[in-house]
Amino acid sequence: MGALSHIRICDFTGQLAGAGATRTLAAFGAQVIKIEDPVTEGRWDILRGMEPFIDDRRGGELGGGFQNHNVEKLGITLNLRTDRGRELLAEIVRISDVVAENFAAGVLAHLGFPYERLREIRDDVIYVSNCGFGHRGPYSAFKTWGPIVQACSGLTYTSGLPDLPPAGWGYSYMDHHGGNIMALAILTALVHRNRTGAGQWVDMSCTDAGASMLGPVVLDYTVNGRPTRRPGFPYSNRSDGPAMAPHNIYPALGDDQWFAIACRDDDDWRALATVVGATADGAWADDTRFVTLAGRLTHQDELDERFAAWCAPRDKFAMQELLIGADVPGVAVQLPGERIEDDPGTTEWGLWPWVEHRAMGRVRVDGLPVHLSETDWSIERAAPLLGQDNDLVFGEILGLTDAEIGDLRTAGVI
Amino acid sequence: MARKQIGQHLSTEPLPGPDPDAAGPLAGLRVVELASEYAAHCGRLLADYGAEVILIEPPGGAPQRWYEPFVDDVPDPERSLWFWHYNTNKFGVVVDLDDDEGRARFRDLVASADIVVEAEPPGHLAALGIDDADLRPGHPGLIWAAVTPFGRTNPRAHEPATDLTILANAGPVWSCGYDDHTIPPVRGGGNQAYQTASIHAAIAVLVAVLHRDVTGTGQFIDVSLHAASNVTTEFASYGWLVNQTTVQRQTCRHASVHPTQTTVAESADGRYQPTGVPPRSAREFRILIDWVDDLGWRDELPEVALLELGEERGGVSMTEMFEDPLVAEIFGAGREVLVAIASRLTSYEFFVQGQTRGMALPVIYAPEEVMEDVHFRARGFPVTMEHDGIGRPVTYAGAPFVMDTSPWRLLRHAPRLGEHQDTLGGP
Repeated sequence: MGALSHIRICDFTGQLAGAGATRTLAAFGAQVIKIEDPVTEGRWDILRGMEPFIDDRRGGELGGGFQNHNVEKLGITLNLRTDRGRELLAEIVRISDVVAENFAAGVLAHLGFPYERLREIRDDVIYVSNCGFGHRGPYSAFKTWGPIVQACSGLTYTSGLPDLPPAGWGYSYMDHHGGNIMALAILTALVHRNRTGAGQWVDMSCTDAGASMLGPVVLDYTVNGRPTRRPGFPYSNRSDGPAMAPHNIYPALGDDQWFAIACRDDDDWRALATVVGATADGAWADDTRFVTLAGRLTHQDELDERFAAWCAPRDKFAMQELLIGADVPGVAVQLPGERIEDDPGTTEWGLWPWVEHRAMGRVRVDGLPVHLSETDWSIERAAPLLGQDNDLVFGEILGLTDAEIGDLRTAGVI
Repeated sequence: MARKQIGQHLSTEPLPGPDPDAAGPLAGLRVVELASEYAAHCGRLLADYGAEVILIEPPGGAPQRWYEPFVDDVPDPERSLWFWHYNTNKFGVVVDLDDDEGRARFRDLVASADIVVEAEPPGHLAALGIDDADLRPGHPGLIWAAVTPFGRTNPRAHEPATDLTILANAGPVWSCGYDDHTIPPVRGGGNQAYQTASIHAAIAVLVAVLHRDVTGTGQFIDVSLHAASNVTTEFASYGWLVNQTTVQRQTCRHASVHPTQTTVAESADGRYQPTGVPPRSAREFRILIDWVDDLGWRDELPEVALLELGEERGGVSMTEMFEDPLVAEIFGAGREVLVAIASRLTSYEFFVQGQTRGMALPVIYAPEEVMEDVHFRARGFPVTMEHDGIGRPVTYAGAPFVMDTSPWRLLRHAPRLGEHQDTLGGP
């Protein structure tokens, strides 16, 4: 029994920003009924047919991202253009604690199920909508995907180096946190419902969620009047608070290999200076100008040059062993294969569980970064094929007979 | 002043919000939090949604009170904006866990609480006799979340870590940076490793609350910063998991196994402006032609003739592009027209005009521009609160999600050191 075995979710989410939310809840045992459109074969979620692919085969059942984001869910098809389809959706809503979606604003209402209608069907329903700018506000009709959300929320701008364009995030960071914060929204509303009996609509704007993660830099502007659009900002490989030096990413031995060092305090510096000072090319580490934080900050550019030169001929993992051994945070910038295959920080955690997908075969997926002592997460079931659980949901859960389900298929309702 | 232009086009009318006096969704839950940098954001999420969060600091205050930036740049433990940001709505008490009296007070507070959130080094609380294993047996409903770099029992559990080293070691840094790979890869700003783990901690805590609602049983939650960032890298992880490919970083766009193209303009106000995907369908060509015409720039942009050809052909496909030089020219014209528009408008004008026409385009906002923007203001995102001690109100970034019935609210600024000692600090 999972922690959320008593919770049922009527799930219209897709991509990662939505699907990631119900994925987490499903891994904790919630019964997530993922509803897809049989007419378009679920292609509203473009990840269904997108890379990565496990082999040369292509198609809507083979998209590796879709597979990753929809484990542990039940998958059904339902054609909401039909009256019978809408009736069946009402039946699913009636037995669901939560309706979750990340369509563009207004789409679910257009399909005949605005929040008011959902409440008519089930008074304490929790409706969580998540789109780029939310359902309410001047930009509600604007189109987004992860990079646009990140740009408009300030997260792209705050990632970069001086005198260069924004580096931004090299992936849809806010699709992950869109999903995570949407999961938080669903859980928060469930906790509230358990205490008050009241459901509600949670209108999530993914861009707002992103802006809520900018950190103290916002207060530096509102309190101190210091804009971030200023020379030298951002330099996000250095520390924005607390002050630390050295604190940067340096070249290491090999093609495009890198090493990160964060010297937290004077104790770290002493340990670091001992390690570096003991090497043939490290006598500079004994310089007394570097003994205090104030000195290291004053001479930060010089320190960075020194460390860049010192790290460049050294193997990143050898340096990691040396610095961690001295209790100083200094680590390799790891490539995907390194952190997934050879890092006990992930492998011993059980972070990459295997599932058996009916079309793809055996494949690993992202796990969860938490372990619960009594009701831990479990990811064993792969993402459903299109309509894979129609018999289970329409039969066992909604109580339709095999003949009735057959008729639905014939009529193009499922 | 670019900022003056923001809000010209759209209504700033505030939207109807929830009842301002309604209780938050987590009202009635009491959380004891040991001050930390790893888990401060977890406590804040719970506090802002209505939980009563008691922040325990050691004598002299938590180290985070000395984190930059400071109000008016005056270093002072009551003026750290880092501390203010991550500790809104919390109640503050000082408890010395290194003496018997303090540990007794901690036990009392835990006995009164539903949830403990802490980020102590693995083994530290056990050595003091006040760990989960010591206190949960007497309090079976207690939920205890420990946020540590690698989890409590991992082989790497005792390695030191900061936001930078977690993001470097766990994947995000590899995917971020510039096309030029002689430039180091980049850590995104804002201590995202801590926030990522804190969001997962908050999710797990609420999962445990829902389980306790049914069974009465609490539990221990082990949260790994390293694992959290490892599963927050999108294609970099699942691309490897599926077919063992490795993504490469690119300037301000997705890291990719194969290099991807992008088009960028310098806007009229000197900003870096991605210009989006050029038109392909007939409808998209028409939208772009209309945009040029509405701006009155047709005479200056002869490429419009090619856009009309694109529309007449009923759009262009990617496969045609490689086979038919005319199609390649049409597609290129779309790109050039977008760049021309982007370079003649301010970044904000380009964003709003394009989006209003149905084109998925960004504006790259700096944080201060977010706080001034019409969308954020209309949704009540900037929240201003009176602040005793500095003689002026303070505006904070607002809710990650808006709840209709049980609102997110800022009721209290971060506690002064020992501010609630009399009511919560014990005898």
